[in-house]
Amino acid sequence: MLKESPLDPAAAIHDEVVRAGDAWLHTLAAGQTLRIVDLEGNQAADTLFYNAHDPSERYSAVDTIRAQGALYLGAGTRLMSTEGRVLGEIVADTCGRHDTLGGACAAESNQVRYALEKRYMHSCRDSYLLAIARDGRMSKRDLTHNINFFMNVPVTPEGGLSFADGVSAPGKYVEIRAAMDLLVLVSNCPQLNNPCNAYNPTPVRMLVWAA
Amino acid sequence: MPEYRPDLVVHTETLRGGESWSFVVERGHALRLTDLDGGANVALLAYNARQPLERYNMPDTLKCQHTFLLTAGHCLYSDMGHILLSIAADSVGWHDTVCGVADRAETAAHYGPGDYQTLRNDFHLSGRERFLIELGKHGLGKRDMAANVNFFSRVAADADGRLAYVPGHSRPGDHVDLRAEMDVLVVLNTCPHPLDPARAWAPKPVRVEVWRSGTMTPDDPCYRSRPENARGYENTRRCFCQHAPA
Repeated sequence: MLKESPLDPAAAIHDEVVRAGDAWLHTLAAGQTLRIVDLEGNQAADTLFYNAHDPSERYSAVDTIRAQGALYLGAGTRLMSTEGRVLGEIVADTCGRHDTLGGACAAESNQVRYALEKRYMHSCRDSYLLAIARDGRMSKRDLTHNINFFMNVPVTPEGGLSFADGVSAPGKYVEIRAAMDLLVLVSNCPQLNNPCNAYNPTPVRMLVWAA
Repeated sequence: MPEYRPDLVVHTETLRGGESWSFVVERGHALRLTDLDGGANVALLAYNARQPLERYNMPDTLKCQHTFLLTAGHCLYSDMGHILLSIAADSVGWHDTVCGVADRAETAAHYGPGDYQTLRNDFHLSGRERFLIELGKHGLGKRDMAANVNFFSRVAADADGRLAYVPGHSRPGDHVDLRAEMDVLVVLNTCPHPLDPARAWAPKPVRVEVWRSGTMTPDDPCYRSRPENARGYENTRRCFCQHAPA
């Protein structure tokens, strides 16, 4: 279901471009709205959400899937925490489908997926680890199964799973309204081995509106 | 790897429905889970016993093998590109790993009140609470909980990703063999699947056996099923490269 946003970028309180391969750690107050814009299309924004006051409560892919009885995320999806509470809701979406099964790329999973020699390549998990090490509030124990905004990972009734061409395109966006004070941790995916982004990671834009 | 034989079994016990259990399955051994009555569910988490920061990773397991279901020939990957457990045999054909476990509120809403004061040891403790208790025995907690496998349960997705629980999927005597590729801390419980629509609290018993399976050989179906798994086994072998040859 596509749903456009009434929010005006000129009224945003925060506006920042995150380059491919960079992480973004930001506090989103309850009621604030975050828009992630896929500037050039088919980019993956690997995103985690935490309760800003207690990061042991965090986004849960399986609880979110179970709560809505469906695998794909889109407008109306309530993002559930490990404590069964709503962290936020997807309130606008011009892409139509987002993934939460594919996880984030890591040096070691790249070795398995592509070649043992790929370990040197930059990955989402390295971006996450560096961001949380600098910040100091979290560690590897806190890195859990994320959302891949703008990624298309279809599952078949027979139990297959693939990384299909994205359904996103330049300028498509998704908006999340925070239901509690959140820490948002994003890795703008540096993956160079997967055709789903045409082997070309590109920037995303982050906009935040006040409650 | 040899087929399962009773004389290779080194430990057997039967778990009640709704019970939790943890055990370090050492490399070269396999864990056999058997659904005794049909309709069981085993929610399972797995950790590297030497370094529990390394744990079962649902997304890596699915994307490395391009699968939504788990069955024989699949491996359970850690977040570090290692194989924790290989599904060496399976009579069921589909195990779920995307639905997690029910929490206290869901369990109370679905099954009604079921406190200890009234029901004693048949009380309704949720899968999440069972995991927290069992993890706590190993110094682990909610930050260490990841997506689990739900053995014996099938949940299918339609073209729009809508999920449907498949009742009656596992039959009496169905079993699965999980071969440990390193020393693996297995933490499990036998609570009902969180999408099981049955209204009565009737979790099913499961037999657990640990048996001497030996380690993976290059003719192994899990090794041969995908080139990704060959690389996964090579990554795992490197963990033991300083061990003297047997």
